[in-house]
Amino acid sequence: MSANAAHDPDLARAQAERLIDVWRSPTGWRYWSDVNNTSVGLWYTAAAFLFMIFGGVLALIMRAQLAVPDNDLVSADLYNQALTLHGSVMMFLFAVPVFEAFSIMVLPQMLGARDLPFPRLSAYGFWCFVLGGVFVCGSIFFDAAPKAGWFMYPPLTTAFEEGIGPDIWLLGLSFIEVAAIAAAVELIVGVLKCRPPGMRINLIPLYSWYILVVAVMILFAFPPLIAGDVLMELERLLDWPFFDASRGGDPLLWQHLFWIFGHPEVYIIFLPAVALVAMIVPTFAQRPIVGYGWIVLAAVGTGFISFGLWVHHMYTTGLPGISLGFFSAASEAVVIPTGVQIFAFLATVLAARRLTFSVPMLFVAGALAIFVLGGLTGVMVALVPFDLQAHDTYFVVAHLHYVLIGGMLFPVAAGLYYFFPLAVGHQLSERLGKWAFWLMFVGFNVTFLPMHLTGLKGMPRRVFTYPADLGLDLLNLISSIGAYALAAGIALLLWEVVRPKKGRPYAERNPWHAGTLEWLAEMPAKPWGVRSIPFIESRYPLWEQQNFVRDVDQGRFYLPDAEEGERETLVTTAIDAEPIQCLRVATPTFNALLAALFTGGVFIFATFHWWWLALASGVAALAVILVWLWTGTAVIPEKPAKDVGLGVTLPLYLSGRASVGWWAMFITMMADMTAFVSLVFGYLFYWTVNARFPPAGAALLEPALIAAAAFALGGAWLATLAARSWNRASRSVAAYAALGAGAVLATAGTALSLRLIGAEDFDPTAHVHPATVAVLVWWIAVHAAVGVLMLVYCAARLKAGRMTPRYDIDLSNTALYWHFVAIEAAVTFALLALFAAGG
Amino acid sequence: MTGRPSLAAVAVSACLLAGCGGVQSALAPAGVEAAAIARLTWWLFGGAVLIWSGVMALAIFAARSRPGAAPSTADVPGRRRVTDAERRHETRHARRLIIGGGVVFPVLTLALLLLFTLRMTPPLLAADGALTVDVTGEQWWWRVRYRLPDGSEVDSANEVRLPAGRRTSFHVEAADVIHSFWIPVLGGKIDMIPGRTNVLTVEPTAPGVYRGVCAELCGASHALMAFDVVVMEADEFDAWLRAQAQPATAPAAEPAVTGQRLFRDNGCGACHRIRGTDAIGLVGPDLTHVGSRLTIGAGTLPADVPSLAAWIEEPAAFKPGVQMPSYHMLGEAELGALAAYLEALR
Repeated sequence: MSANAAHDPDLARAQAERLIDVWRSPTGWRYWSDVNNTSVGLWYTAAAFLFMIFGGVLALIMRAQLAVPDNDLVSADLYNQALTLHGSVMMFLFAVPVFEAFSIMVLPQMLGARDLPFPRLSAYGFWCFVLGGVFVCGSIFFDAAPKAGWFMYPPLTTAFEEGIGPDIWLLGLSFIEVAAIAAAVELIVGVLKCRPPGMRINLIPLYSWYILVVAVMILFAFPPLIAGDVLMELERLLDWPFFDASRGGDPLLWQHLFWIFGHPEVYIIFLPAVALVAMIVPTFAQRPIVGYGWIVLAAVGTGFISFGLWVHHMYTTGLPGISLGFFSAASEAVVIPTGVQIFAFLATVLAARRLTFSVPMLFVAGALAIFVLGGLTGVMVALVPFDLQAHDTYFVVAHLHYVLIGGMLFPVAAGLYYFFPLAVGHQLSERLGKWAFWLMFVGFNVTFLPMHLTGLKGMPRRVFTYPADLGLDLLNLISSIGAYALAAGIALLLWEVVRPKKGRPYAERNPWHAGTLEWLAEMPAKPWGVRSIPFIESRYPLWEQQNFVRDVDQGRFYLPDAEEGERETLVTTAIDAEPIQCLRVATPTFNALLAALFTGGVFIFATFHWWWLALASGVAALAVILVWLWTGTAVIPEKPAKDVGLGVTLPLYLSGRASVGWWAMFITMMADMTAFVSLVFGYLFYWTVNARFPPAGAALLEPALIAAAAFALGGAWLATLAARSWNRASRSVAAYAALGAGAVLATAGTALSLRLIGAEDFDPTAHVHPATVAVLVWWIAVHAAVGVLMLVYCAARLKAGRMTPRYDIDLSNTALYWHFVAIEAAVTFALLALFAAGG
Repeated sequence: MTGRPSLAAVAVSACLLAGCGGVQSALAPAGVEAAAIARLTWWLFGGAVLIWSGVMALAIFAARSRPGAAPSTADVPGRRRVTDAERRHETRHARRLIIGGGVVFPVLTLALLLLFTLRMTPPLLAADGALTVDVTGEQWWWRVRYRLPDGSEVDSANEVRLPAGRRTSFHVEAADVIHSFWIPVLGGKIDMIPGRTNVLTVEPTAPGVYRGVCAELCGASHALMAFDVVVMEADEFDAWLRAQAQPATAPAAEPAVTGQRLFRDNGCGACHRIRGTDAIGLVGPDLTHVGSRLTIGAGTLPADVPSLAAWIEEPAAFKPGVQMPSYHMLGEAELGALAAYLEALR
């Protein structure tokens, strides 16, 4: 079929028209219902940059305040709001999202896919992000912003900060963290399951490798923070004393949870930027990367090690020497994979026959100069005695900005220049780019280089002013001047990006002569992504595969047509990228936007303690999500399989482990499990810091009740498994019965769990022990309740004929969900029983 | 100061060039531990400059233009593959660079640094000082208590005096939120965390007046939470501490006598203690010898009569969010009398 198209211009034209029709974005106000990765990715990236500008303006206000000693330009209170928002915005609303946004936009292009597997999930994540971000940023205009620093250390945030600032931070950013995890799920499944046929795991573009590593890191790094957020919000709202030392709590638990998130976070920000460099360097060196395997290994290694360093943010908290030594060594060890990556890039440049110094390469070179210095000061602060002096001073401010601006902002600027033609079809001006680069490079160093000295001369961080006679005046003035130069450079760069380009001709196709798949795009890009999904045999197919562009353009590869008017892309196996499914992906819908609005309502109304509105919003969110699932997921196709070209026929529906839905559920539940483990960690942490835990005279949990709840939930799990098997065996009566039994047992399990902590003498405000028990039990109860909903949903799908013995994704995923609930319930009840017996 | 004088001399001259003197500078140490860390700092700084220059030199060498280079892939799209021979050659070279620069060099350097610095840490965190000083961080001031070997205790606030040549252990706690206790010229910082007692031990060597600060964001006036550090000769210190242990002497002359009456009538004693009087409050700083201190308001104002009067009238003007209420209902003369009374408490 596709071979015919090469010889038949009419057929080729008709195919192209059908593809364009299917993939075109809606117009008018309906444009905002689009869910395609090119639209959502573009909005997402633009929003992240808007938040960056906001965070940058806050920094300029702070630098203006610190330009001279004893300044009173802004009040202490406003300054603290600005510093808190600057850190929070740059981390949560720019550095992490911008890479997720950008990846949503270009990852499918790099993989020759037409879209990511869950477009509506991306759209939902984007709208959550915008809503939460505007809510958090807007608070400063009402003098209500959080003001205890982006790290939110209790008890300052739990008991000593007036107003709703901390709630805005906790709820607003938790909401965004959920969106970040949603994007991570999308990207992991995208890299693992939506690669083009033939792109075995050793041919994956480096960018995609990095995205995979980083998305997995997000999956394990964000949940501990979310668990911490839950604990802190419960303390603020219900006075459950997790961080109150007088009732058995400990402020240090927050610091552990925060930095278990916070240090991987640094690499979550840094690695995608390295990923951009890994794409840009080979292009300007005009040769394949050297040391591909080493780089992949180093990226994975960095990911692992980054979870073992968090304590180096806590050297001054009085931890035992053995911990300090261990974490100091681990912190130094992360230098090794970082060094490997840098030297691999240098080796690539060394092996090149020539190197073109266009603006992207200029920014890469600047990034190297800045980042290496940041890395070296990182080695310094990882050494305990040095850190005892440098910690929480401007030395660390300098260090972290060298790392983040060299390791993230400069590569992002390089990526912006490099990938801009893909998004818009135009190239950016070389001349303006060079001006912007030099302004940014010089401005940056003038700002931050003196800060090393400022810190060692005794200036602590997060001070709204400083006295005149300490020798800090000149250094601060220089930093403030530099900050405005840096800002001018960034402004110039962004101006070149946004200014109208009407008169400018479109760029030629593949303007940098790159070798990777995304540069198949025409200028301006067509909405279909690729004309046909190619077979890949090389890491640089545009350089190394013969007649590649022609064959793609003529539709000689997979899926050159959209006969049924559906948006389709290929699903392949995770390791060898053998095609296994033709996946139909979602078309434009407002459901994602509505679901995000109502979900946001829950968080925002809760901040103001408007409980009825929050509840109503929650019910509305649930309703929209159910409509979305009911109408748009696990749709039974009109035929079991279709011819995707090159003589390959693929099924249109897969269930179980082969389906992308199963992978997404599995990955999501891994994040869920990580949050749960964080809570269990909290429980055991309190056990180690309290001499008696449970405390003397604590209300004992009834062992019989623990056993009953455990059995009920275990039964619900078995019933779900039975329902899955009987449905597959077409025993529909038995399947209904099992679903019903599962729902009843799960409801009973929920009720029994809550009964367990409902006793009159069980008071979570009295001590951290009952508080932690209550959190764990509520965790299980909520999961079981959601499980009930899922079982009822499956029964309804079966009844409506939307689920059949053959097409059973819903039930298969419900069973997967119940595996995790069963594990979490077993751990919780075993822990409670153990301590009930031992206490 | 221990260690090689030559290096110390280099450090000092570099320090002078960089202008890093000052009462709050980690680069102008006045104690054994801070001096050791400052020395480490200069070594690290030198090493960092060397390594940075090396990497940059390598990068510039790698990126140098190669006149007459062979045409690249861009000139023949879809054609050029790197041949196997080329690839083997490159792999060998690349591996040497990657392993050498990315693995061997850092492992050796870092192992050395770790071994060296791990030995430096334990004495700083040991609780073996000849003198023990309890310091409690509160929003936004410091409660200070000297504990003597004979079991007696002397209370003070917002100022720490130390004997030169004796190891002193600080036992630090927090009354409300987390603070961090830092005297840059003497050694590292240590966090003050509710529910915990942390220890930091230092040995001052150079008598003089220095400054300490809070290093953990602790609320609105975090920037205004400092204290004076006075290092004295050991015998001078002993005499001073004996004097501090005495109750306050009653004022002999006006306007201080009126000031004492105003202090009582306005209920100041509900929050402040002046030993030897009926002022026994423990909410705010102990004022028994406040006139002998160098500053008031936790390093915010000099301890003279005008500043004391201005502070009492409107503390929040100097320290946003401070808990002490304002006393602007008092007249100028009354404020002056109160200030004179406090200033005389030496």
